[in-house]
Amino acid sequence: MAAPPRRPLLILLAGLFVVASLATLAEAIYEDQVGLADWHQKYIGKVKKAVYHSQKSGRRRVVVLTEENVISSLDLRSGDIFWRHVIDKNDPLDQLSLSLGKYVLTLSSGGTILRAWNLPDGQMIWETNLQTSTASNPQLHVMSNNKVAKDNLVLVSAGRWIYAVSSIDGSISWEKEFSLDGLEIKQVLQSPENGIVYAVGIAGSSKLALYHLSAKTGEVLKDIQESLPGELSGEIVLGSDNVLVALNKARSSLFLIEFNSGRISYNKVHVSDLVQDLSETFKLQSLSNGVIALRTPSTVSLLELKDTDGLEVVQRFDQPAALSDALTIAEKDEAFAVVQHVGSQIEFIVKFTSDASGKIIREKVNIDQHRGNVEKVFLNSYIRTDKSHGFRALVVMEDHSLLLIQQGEVVWSREDGLASIVDVTTSELPVEKDGVSVADVEHNLFEWLKGHMLKLKGTLMLANADEVAAIQALRLKSSEKNKMTRDHNGFRKLLIVLTKAGKVIALHTGDGRIIWSNLLPSLRASRFGVMPSALRIYQWQVPHHSVMRENPSVLVVGKSGAESSAPGVFSILDSYSGEELNAMKLDHSVVQIIPLTLKDLSEQRLHLIVDSNSNAHLYPKSPDALDVFLHEMPNLYFYSVDILTNVIRGYSLQKSCDTEGDEYCFRTKELWSIIFPSDSERIAISETRKMNEVVHTQAKTIGDHDVMYKYLSKNIVFVATVSPKAAGDIGSALPEEASLVVYLIDAVTGRILHRVTHHGAQGPVHAVLSENWVVYHYFNLRAHRFEMAVIEIYDQSRADNKDVMKLILGKHNLSAPITSYARPEVVVKSQSYFFTHSVKAMAVTQTAKGITSKQLLIGTISDQVLALDKRYLDPRRSANPTQQEKEEGIIPLTDSLPIIPQSFVTHSHQVEALRGIVSIPAKLESTTLVFTYGVDLFYTQLAPSRTYDSLTDEFSYALLLITIAVLVAAIIVTWIWSEKKELRDKWR
Amino acid sequence: MEKGKGLARRWAVELHDASSSSASPAVPDPPGFTRSAPDADDAAGARQRKDSETAWKAQKAWEVAQAPFKNLMMMGFMMWMAGSTVHLFSIGITFSALWQPISALRSVGKVFEPFKDPRVDTIAPKLLFIALNLAAMGLGVWKLNTLGLLPTNPSDWVSSLAPAREVEYAGGGIPLI
Repeated sequence: MAAPPRRPLLILLAGLFVVASLATLAEAIYEDQVGLADWHQKYIGKVKKAVYHSQKSGRRRVVVLTEENVISSLDLRSGDIFWRHVIDKNDPLDQLSLSLGKYVLTLSSGGTILRAWNLPDGQMIWETNLQTSTASNPQLHVMSNNKVAKDNLVLVSAGRWIYAVSSIDGSISWEKEFSLDGLEIKQVLQSPENGIVYAVGIAGSSKLALYHLSAKTGEVLKDIQESLPGELSGEIVLGSDNVLVALNKARSSLFLIEFNSGRISYNKVHVSDLVQDLSETFKLQSLSNGVIALRTPSTVSLLELKDTDGLEVVQRFDQPAALSDALTIAEKDEAFAVVQHVGSQIEFIVKFTSDASGKIIREKVNIDQHRGNVEKVFLNSYIRTDKSHGFRALVVMEDHSLLLIQQGEVVWSREDGLASIVDVTTSELPVEKDGVSVADVEHNLFEWLKGHMLKLKGTLMLANADEVAAIQALRLKSSEKNKMTRDHNGFRKLLIVLTKAGKVIALHTGDGRIIWSNLLPSLRASRFGVMPSALRIYQWQVPHHSVMRENPSVLVVGKSGAESSAPGVFSILDSYSGEELNAMKLDHSVVQIIPLTLKDLSEQRLHLIVDSNSNAHLYPKSPDALDVFLHEMPNLYFYSVDILTNVIRGYSLQKSCDTEGDEYCFRTKELWSIIFPSDSERIAISETRKMNEVVHTQAKTIGDHDVMYKYLSKNIVFVATVSPKAAGDIGSALPEEASLVVYLIDAVTGRILHRVTHHGAQGPVHAVLSENWVVYHYFNLRAHRFEMAVIEIYDQSRADNKDVMKLILGKHNLSAPITSYARPEVVVKSQSYFFTHSVKAMAVTQTAKGITSKQLLIGTISDQVLALDKRYLDPRRSANPTQQEKEEGIIPLTDSLPIIPQSFVTHSHQVEALRGIVSIPAKLESTTLVFTYGVDLFYTQLAPSRTYDSLTDEFSYALLLITIAVLVAAIIVTWIWSEKKELRDKWR
Repeated sequence: MEKGKGLARRWAVELHDASSSSASPAVPDPPGFTRSAPDADDAAGARQRKDSETAWKAQKAWEVAQAPFKNLMMMGFMMWMAGSTVHLFSIGITFSALWQPISALRSVGKVFEPFKDPRVDTIAPKLLFIALNLAAMGLGVWKLNTLGLLPTNPSDWVSSLAPAREVEYAGGGIPLI
């Protein structure tokens, strides 16, 4: 009788337990804690197009389009972002224009998507999809003062198509597909007489076509075609109103093509006649009014058209320079700007196209730090109080930073290189020097007490609004966290980031300010147009013992060209000052970089660089490094995951390569290979454990005091393959065709430790490998949901180490070194769960000793970072855990992973275009530092198991002091009382 | 206080002389009272009293020796009530269960002091007492073990064992493009 009513009670209790366990897992911060330990910085990336608001609108703003696919409106006074949209990488933005003074038009995806955004607030007004063959160079032309239709038309040309779109609602007014084969429209012009549009295109290699179209209907009024002698390169610019300048394929001569009504005439001019010693690649730029520019990476020549008879060099700039487009000034004249680099300054020159040899403005502007050459200039004019024209310009520098120049000064600058971070490493700050003056301490003590009294007031709810604000301000800009010295908890560090532009920037973790930056000369574009690329950044020297006095340094590895055989570039920088200590041009290419765990006598870390000939090169090239390396060499291996050929190969290292007498070069010998069947599997990703990961223990204790030994190998590689049919987007394959195979491979021996197939699953796959487990994320086609799976690997060969006496006496093999050649007996436990979000990046928290429980950091599609406790991804979860398992903290199994809104570590922020998450251990075991980068940067501190080893910032020391004081006072008072009472008793 | 009291009493007179020997024969015995009868009975009575006292002492000693048994039962009940999860109550119970026998064992001699008698055999009760206390202590230890506070499992010895060193090291991955 008693049993049935108990069941609901049990369920209720179990439910309460679950709720309680969730409550402890959900770790969030309070509203007033935002910004205490975290910071968020917004960037836009390297600007490639900019349009200014018209003068009349009264707002001083500029709309820019960047290489990070961002469209943004900036304040011209301060450079702040008014609004910003980050468009997906699959939809690259090509063109930007303003229409009607209130819309921003963008053309993207090779001329297929036209969007209009509201200028003041950035809301999207309309979007039109245009059916064109995606063209490499689509054009956008906004018709000016068009009297034909009521609404302004926007002409979009891409390939053989021209569309006229109404800029009010985005409806297509007309479309025209030209029948000429292979036609690509290069220019769309508005004729001086209203209602006619010229379209100039190139068909094939040498045929020029000119169409006269009615602006109202799109009907072809006239169609002229002309074959030019010699092939064209496709580069064609407008010289003046009716003259086109085209470059031939050999890039040796220019065609000057004049098109008057109904007739095309041309003239050929050799480039070498105009500009001597033009060996480099050059580009043409139109400046209108008969002036064109010829740009090479290091020079700019201004050429003036003499009708079609020829060209004349007006001026030549021998410094690397940038040119702006022509800007129409009120009096029908056009101005343009040339900005060139002169020493440490830049020279800003404004000219009129009518008088290209003269100049209106010539100003020298000091730039505060080294930013490289000027890459782009966007000129804007304003009317001064005395009605004359003033000029300002946005300048894009080589390091992707954006400056506004006005009246010979840099008004503001934005460090937008930080939007394209390639790699991140960290460095400790200098140790605090001794000898702090007493006055300083006293002052600090007073401040400290004052701050704590304020805080106490806040805790006791005695503070008024002003004081609350003061408390908040005090907490936000606590000078403690921004100091330039090492702190006891290890929260203050330098985040050293390498950007795509080859600039290394050190950010302070306290507030994200830039401590130093260095545009590496070895990673700058050379005069020959070769674009080096920055690859990775590593810690090079982390001084500990003998070389404590030296500063730590970082290693930047780059490549001096785009192709894989391009020689590598090394650069070693001082972590404290950013000074380049050493720069090397390697005589071999860089295909793989293997940081080793070894160090030489000066504590420089050993790195192996594998080149394209599969030779390994040891750095640093010092004899003692070689000694250390040779001693360990028989135990060093490397593997290469070749996605193109679907093969994983493992190699051992052998002494000296046969080609040269270089003793720091090592031959590699292939030991094993795993060849995946390319008709059914294709490698999607490969993942390994982080090199710096610290694991506290090899044993995992389970509820009944039993032990499971983790299989902890640093050489374990996770590889996921997808079926080739399902390699595309989700939905491109049927569930029957798709499968995902997951391998766990030992990279030393090539042994496959575990293999599991997920039928009906496909990528994109994201994985994170840590300790003895791997968590991966994929799409389940049958369930139409994303899934996350976990695999935990345990070592069965150690499982019989269960005799307590033997363990007490130390008679066990648990601390014996492990070799991969001993056949491992692994036991694998796995489980999978549904997960709501698609994932952009995944990482796991790292702590100093590896004791704190782990959290997965998941960069979601909404550009936020979710901290998910590893306990949710435990293969030992079951629907009805036993009492013992509950005590152990095993959460009852559910089919999907919970997403608790409070566990978003980015709280209200979004890290636009999130690309990477880095977790850096602090000195305090409970805490880890998380840095997230994309177009934006976000940094915060996380404590996965709460701050169990320190008092929080919230802790009220004043309350503690007061409590102690009150207690002491109470003790004294009661003692006095008791003394008196006793005396009274004695007299009685 | 003591001093004050001492000062307050300078002198004292003992009015009653308790010794029977000083009872003067000048005062005749009341009629019907024969002094000889108890006197004659005295030796036998004293022996008898001594015997009964010895028996009583032995009995008491056994009782005292068995006392921990009750304690043991109570402790067992308390432990059962406390459950096997580690919290304040169960830890308190367990440690008192461990402390009581230890303190009792330390004072074995003192406990059996009153029953010290050449004719009373206190060895056996003492042994029982010790045994019972040891049993109580065993119970406490057992409880400690059920609470998981004793390092009797392999997990207690390997939970902080650092991972073994790996001989080989392999680096690499997907080549940089």
